[in-house]
Amino acid sequence: MSDETTNPMREAIQSAISENPVILFMKGNPDQPACGFSARTVAMLQSLDQPFAAVDILPDPRIRQELSALSNWPTIPQLFINGELVGGCDIITEMYQSGELQEALGLDTASAGQSAPEPDAVEAPPLSIETLR
Amino acid sequence: MSPRYARGVSATPEELKTRIEAAIPGATASVTGDGHHFNAVVSAPAFQGLPRLAQHRLVYDVFGSEVGDRIHALSIQTRSSETENRR
Repeated sequence: MSDETTNPMREAIQSAISENPVILFMKGNPDQPACGFSARTVAMLQSLDQPFAAVDILPDPRIRQELSALSNWPTIPQLFINGELVGGCDIITEMYQSGELQEALGLDTASAGQSAPEPDAVEAPPLSIETLR
Repeated sequence: MSPRYARGVSATPEELKTRIEAAIPGATASVTGDGHHFNAVVSAPAFQGLPRLAQHRLVYDVFGSEVGDRIHALSIQTRSSETENRR
């Protein structure tokens, strides 16, 4: 375990969260999500025309380790709005459908009540670590 | 964590249901899954008044570091009581 007082990875994650009003930690990137949960979360944000920063956690296992330690949240994706963890795919889906997500993002809630959009390629993600297990 | 839930041994929906109901007072859980990816619908009076994030954390906390490892993915929907289906 690394020393919390000098932990460049955790500091980098914390800075990214502080500096980006909407930031998604995900598997893969928005153009090529590597997991269905990440793909669905990206599709919801994109359907709201919401610009967001995205961090791919796959290249280095320490990213996920430090992110989860910081957020006290075990799964990926994780969406932060204005520095606060809002949730993962399940919570974002519920909030999208109820209009709470649009509200949290400061958007108008006209699209509330819609079912969450399905991403184009859930069935065949370009790089699915899960299916290799 | 109990050695019964060792790494590498597949989890079952029944195991998850039992552990959630044992850990969260008054909880009723309905769990489906294929041994790696699970979906849990959990009702518990303990969720009352808690933000959704905190409700989900209570469920994740039952499994600690097993989530993402032995329990590869765990989707959660929470209800603060059985009669209240939607907030």
